[in-house]
Amino acid sequence: MTEATSTADLGTDATSAAVAVATTGLTKQFGTQAAVDGIDLHVPHGAVYGFLGPNGSGKTTTIRMLLGLVHASAGRVEVLGSPIPDGASVVLPRVGSLVEGPAFHPYLSGRANLVRLDAADRFADPATSSSRIDAALDRVGLMAAARKRYRAYSLGMRQRLAIAAALLMPRDLLILDEPTNGLDPQGTREVRSLIGALAGDGATILVSSHLLSEVEQVCSHLGVMREGRLVAQGTIDEVRAGAKPLVHVTTASPHEAAVVLHELGLEEVALTMSGVRAAPGEVEPERIVAALVAAGVGVRGFVVEAPSLEDLFVALTGEGFDVSG
Amino acid sequence: MSVDDPTPASTQPVRTARTAVGPSRTMRASLRLLRSELGLIIGRRRNQVGIVVLASVPILIAVALRVSSGGRGDGGGLLALANNGIFVALTALGVEIALFLPLAVAVLAGDALAGEANQGTLRYLLTVPVERTRLLVVKYAALVIGTGIGVLVVAGTGVIVGGVLLGLGPTTLLSGDTIGVGDALARLALAGAYLTAGLAALAAIGLFISTLTEQPIAATIATTVVATAMWITDAIPQLDWLHPWLLVNRWSAFADAFREPVFWDTMRVGLLVDLGYIVVFTALAWARFSNKDITS
Repeated sequence: MTEATSTADLGTDATSAAVAVATTGLTKQFGTQAAVDGIDLHVPHGAVYGFLGPNGSGKTTTIRMLLGLVHASAGRVEVLGSPIPDGASVVLPRVGSLVEGPAFHPYLSGRANLVRLDAADRFADPATSSSRIDAALDRVGLMAAARKRYRAYSLGMRQRLAIAAALLMPRDLLILDEPTNGLDPQGTREVRSLIGALAGDGATILVSSHLLSEVEQVCSHLGVMREGRLVAQGTIDEVRAGAKPLVHVTTASPHEAAVVLHELGLEEVALTMSGVRAAPGEVEPERIVAALVAAGVGVRGFVVEAPSLEDLFVALTGEGFDVSG
Repeated sequence: MSVDDPTPASTQPVRTARTAVGPSRTMRASLRLLRSELGLIIGRRRNQVGIVVLASVPILIAVALRVSSGGRGDGGGLLALANNGIFVALTALGVEIALFLPLAVAVLAGDALAGEANQGTLRYLLTVPVERTRLLVVKYAALVIGTGIGVLVVAGTGVIVGGVLLGLGPTTLLSGDTIGVGDALARLALAGAYLTAGLAALAAIGLFISTLTEQPIAATIATTVVATAMWITDAIPQLDWLHPWLLVNRWSAFADAFREPVFWDTMRVGLLVDLGYIVVFTALAWARFSNKDITS
C-alpha cells in the first residue's frame, strides 16, 4: 500500500503540503449533541483515504466542514495547505466534491446542469466549457443520457452525474461522500476503477462509505468514525495491525479440537459452523497442526488469516453483530 | 469510464491560471453566472406561466375597453387619459402592483436561495466554489432583472395589445395637456422603472427571507404576506404615522410620471425609502447567509 512519505512528491504545487487534509480537534456541536467530537483527520498527499463509519457517525458533517459548508464549533481545518473556511475560495477550485448524494435542477438535462455548475466556476474557461463537460460525462459513462432531463435519471445516473460535476476541472483533491450509493455492481466497479485512475493521476482522494467492502480494494489509508469520534486511522496495514490473526480449523470433532487449542494456550477459542476458531497469539501454526494430529483430531482444513477489515470495522464501530462477544 | 483521461501535465496550466484571476476576470465570471441564473429563471415552466398571467391582465383590460366603448374614445377610467395603449399599460401596472407583481417577486425570491437549498444545489454551488457574497450579489441582480422583466411584460403587453385594439395616439393628461406617443412612452418607461425600484426593495426583503428557510414556498408566502400586510397597514388611517415608512406607501406615485410637468416629489421620497429597504435587507441577507451552516 502507498505510504504517505513515498507519495508526498506527487504534489505538483509549490503550496501543497505533504498533508492534503488535516484537522485538529475538529468539533461540531448541534445543540447539545456533538455530531463530530474532536477529530484529528490526517490525509496524506496522494493517499486514497477511506473514510468509514456507520450512518450517522459524523462523516458527512466532517466533510461539510472540510468544504466550508458548515462552520466548526471548535478545532481547525486545513485543506491543501490552506485554512478552511477562510481560504475556501483559494483552495476549493482544486477540490472536487460529492456531498451527501447528487443534487441538480430536475427540469434541466444532465448536460445543462453541468453547464450551470461550470458557469458558476470563476476559474473555468468558457471557451473550453463544452469539451470539458463532454470529457467529464464520458468519463462517468453518461454521454448517451446527457440530453435527458435530470428528473428522468435513475439514482445510479444521478450519482454518475454528480461525479462528473466533481471532474469538470482538474483537481488535486477529490472528496467523495458515498460515491457508490445507488450504483449497481457494475457501476460500483467502474467508480472504483475511476478512483484508482484519478489517484494514478496524482490526485488525493477522500472517499467516505458505510460499506468497507466498497472501498477497501482501492484505499491506501483508512479512517474509521464512530459516534463522532475517529476510532482508527492510518495505512490499511497500520489499521489491520490492530487486529489479531485467527486460525480456523475445519474438523468433524470440533469439541476435541477446542480442548487441544485450549491446552496449547490459544485464546478466544470458539466453535464455528465447520469447526473451531481461535487466536493463535505467539503459537506457531505448525505446532497447532501437529498437536491436533497428535491428539487424533481429524483435520480437514487449517487456515491462518488476519481478520477481514470488515470484521475489524464491525468491531471498531460496534454496529451489527459482534459474534465473538 | 475511460481510465486514461486528463494527465497531470495537462492540468498544470490551469493551476497556474487560478492564481492569476484579476478583478475583471471575476467580473466576467460573475456575468457568466448571472446569465446562467437568468436562463434558469426564464427557462422554468412555472415562471413562463407567470409571465402569461402577468400579460393577461393588460389584455383583459384592453379587450374590456374595446368592448365597452365599442372602439376608440374616452374611457373615463382611472386617469383622464385617452383610451389607448399607454392608458392600458398604465392601468395594468396600477392593477398588478397590488398583488400580481409582488407575488411574482416573491416567487423568484423563494427560488433564489431557499429553492436551491431545498434541492441541495446550493451546497454544490458553494463548493464550486462560488463565494457566498458573490452568490448573493448575483442572486439579487437576477431577482432585480427578473422583476424588471415582469414590469416590462405588463407595460409592453399593454402598449402593444392596447395599441392594436384601441390605437396609439397622442395622450391627454390629467392636466388637460396632450403629449405625443414618444413622450408618453418615455413617461411610461419612467413609471415602470419607478415600480421596478419599489419591487427591487421587496426583492431584497424576499432574498433575506430566502436565507432563513429551506422551503421556497415558505419564503414566497412570507414575502407575499409582508407586501400584503404593508398594503393593509397603509389602508388603516389610525396607523398613518407608520405610512411614510411603508414600502408600498408611495408605489402608486408611478402615475405622477403622467402629470405635466412630471411631479417628482413623491417619487423622489419613494426611491429613498426603496433604497433604505434595499440597504437594510441585503445587509441582513448577507449577515445571515455568510455565516449560515449549509446542512441541506
